[in-house]
Amino acid sequence: MDWSDSPEQAAFRQEVREFIQKELPERYRAGDDGGEGFEGGWQADRKSDDPVRRDTAMQWADALSKKGWIAPAWPKEYGGAGLSTIEQFIYNQEMAEVAAPMPGGMGVSMLGPTVIVHGTEEQKAEHLSKILSGEVAWAQGYSEPGAGSDLASLQTRAVRDGDEYVLNGQKIWTSGGHNADWLFALVRTDPEAPKHRGISFVVMDIKSPGLTLRPLINMGWKHHFNETFFEDVRVPVKNRIGEENRGWYVGMTLLDFERSGIAGAISYKRGIEEIKKFLATDEGKRFKRADWNSVRLEMADRAIETQILFNFAFRIVSIQNRGLVPNYEASVNKMYGAELHQRLSRTNTKAWGLYGNVWDPKSKHAPMKAEHVQDYVGSVPHTIFSGSNEIQRNVIATRGLGLPRG
Amino acid sequence: MDLGLSETQELLKNAAREFLENECPETHVREMEEDDKGYSPVLWQKMAEQGWQGLLIPEEHGGAGFDFLDLCVLLEEFGRALVPGPFMSTVLGGAVPILEAGSDAQKAEFLPKIASGDLIFSLALTEPSARFDEAGIETKADVSGSDVTFTGTKLFVPDANVADYLIVAGKSAAGTTLGIVATDQPGVKVTQLQTIARDKQAEVVLDGAKGQLLGADGQGWNLLKPVIEKYTTAECAYLVGLSQMDFEIAVDYAKERVQFGRPIGSFQAIQHKCADMVTDVDGSRFIMYKAAWSIASGQPEADTSLAVNMAKAWCSEATRRVVAHGQQIHGGIGFTKDYKIQLYFRRQKRAEIAFGDSDYHREAVAAQLGL
Repeated sequence: MDWSDSPEQAAFRQEVREFIQKELPERYRAGDDGGEGFEGGWQADRKSDDPVRRDTAMQWADALSKKGWIAPAWPKEYGGAGLSTIEQFIYNQEMAEVAAPMPGGMGVSMLGPTVIVHGTEEQKAEHLSKILSGEVAWAQGYSEPGAGSDLASLQTRAVRDGDEYVLNGQKIWTSGGHNADWLFALVRTDPEAPKHRGISFVVMDIKSPGLTLRPLINMGWKHHFNETFFEDVRVPVKNRIGEENRGWYVGMTLLDFERSGIAGAISYKRGIEEIKKFLATDEGKRFKRADWNSVRLEMADRAIETQILFNFAFRIVSIQNRGLVPNYEASVNKMYGAELHQRLSRTNTKAWGLYGNVWDPKSKHAPMKAEHVQDYVGSVPHTIFSGSNEIQRNVIATRGLGLPRG
Repeated sequence: MDLGLSETQELLKNAAREFLENECPETHVREMEEDDKGYSPVLWQKMAEQGWQGLLIPEEHGGAGFDFLDLCVLLEEFGRALVPGPFMSTVLGGAVPILEAGSDAQKAEFLPKIASGDLIFSLALTEPSARFDEAGIETKADVSGSDVTFTGTKLFVPDANVADYLIVAGKSAAGTTLGIVATDQPGVKVTQLQTIARDKQAEVVLDGAKGQLLGADGQGWNLLKPVIEKYTTAECAYLVGLSQMDFEIAVDYAKERVQFGRPIGSFQAIQHKCADMVTDVDGSRFIMYKAAWSIASGQPEADTSLAVNMAKAWCSEATRRVVAHGQQIHGGIGFTKDYKIQLYFRRQKRAEIAFGDSDYHREAVAAQLGL
């Protein structure tokens, strides 16, 4: 057991640090979000009306691109850096330490790997380089109003008509769809087959005729999600990735990405440190509750729990670094990290007492730009998306512990 | 960066598991609950032949020269098998203080006999005030040259009933002072307590008990700090093994126990408890090893101290959650004396509160973080 870097790991860490020191744009370094929050992250910056935001986004992407670090996990032949899982981990760690916005989004994390594994040469040529150049941003169309945890029951129909599929139906929770150029989706091509075996994986221009996005404003009054409607949307058959009716399995494709979730642990740890720093300032003292002792032990618990999450992340990358595939451990990370996020936002909000009301980041009554109260609301879906915590516990119990399925 | 065991540690773990499954079955654990000594001298000697009492002791003093992380790997197995007896008392409460503070002569006198299984030690630290800090030490220490005489009452001294020597902490004019005190003298009176874990803890009344000074007069607390850090981490390792086994027993039971025509482990109400148990056990394991690694690799003292506080704060509470779930999953049968799960539940409490419970260590974490 060793929590420290090997000499090779230390050297790579140094390389990433030096790169950040040299290349990370000032605006990102200062964390200057103009009070907007990096809502939608780099993707939103890229399409901003503000030329400074646009230029910053492209400047950062260009710098990363020269190192192959837009998609560090992709094989070199496809324009990635072919980093090992432990190198990816170090890369992700260092980027998270400075909260650097990450270009690439779903294109790098999901569509790219799927195309690399299942795509034709033509599809690879069409899509991969545009993801890396930032020319095309991708959104995901998986969930439907009637298909959440039970995703395989999705009903959006794709009916073959010559060289095209005709799509009708609805997707929901289309994150960042309004900043995206293309959409990848799971659609039903065989309604008679067992539910996992009648699904295909298709991609389409998000401006396709008949495809409509409608903003779905979340409880934090933010536009992150959309509903996506398909009315006779015509998608060329050549836009299908993988075989027809094999889309469920195509959609499960994973490249050798590190899956530790280290970025979350780092941001939680930084959050506690920033509160401490803030409370030591004159501005901070103005907000410090008189009965601070009622919060401090709770905050100590959160710090300890953050350490637990770090270790869970280190465990995952240790497993991957030994050439093994994590089993239930990945579900433990997701479940634990999500619940910790919610506990943290509750504790952090508590630190401000009545000031925990203030939502407006620009208000003079807002401690730390109201980030904690915003996170209190913003962390609500963490235990729901990407497999709810109930599903994660089911997976841990059945796949991990071998308990019989219900 | 790697959170797996080394090859040597895997070997140690596997050898220990096999040995303890044979030599320390449930029947032995139960026998020792009702035994006056609370340990088997035969097993004690066999453990010495395995090199365990001397695991941390350098080869020049008859030990195996392993490091503290290795010891924690072994102690996980001790927790798993609920090994009764004075092993931790002797290793953490005897060998470790002598390694930290002993003169060359003291090391030569005691360490080989600890390694060979010929001597049993224990640490006489806590008193009726039941505090773990320096202020809790009120026993009087009179120092005269290299001799020291203690007068006072020590409480919750583990395995004092069988210890040949106690490492006693007292207060002299110069401050906290340690001594090595033989128990076979009129000034040492041991009264056993009946405890929740049915382990052997005692009240030890020292009335002019004579011993040899361990470390310099007045330096006792500085010398004890690393001892306490190791002992605390060792208790965490024991808890990890204990809770791992409790969890495994509960999962096996959930697979076998049938109600409503199906194994209760097929119900999500039970499944989700099991998922929480494995999360707590795994979380305990890695935060314990982080502390053990910090100690073994000589990380800066502030980091080590924080890692140990975090480990005990977490392990104390997380393993309590595990054994509580273990009981609930078993239903009524788990509440009987005959069924094994209760053995873990009762022992968890002893280790949970040894060297401070979650509240104690959480406070220390808050202080160290400057909260």
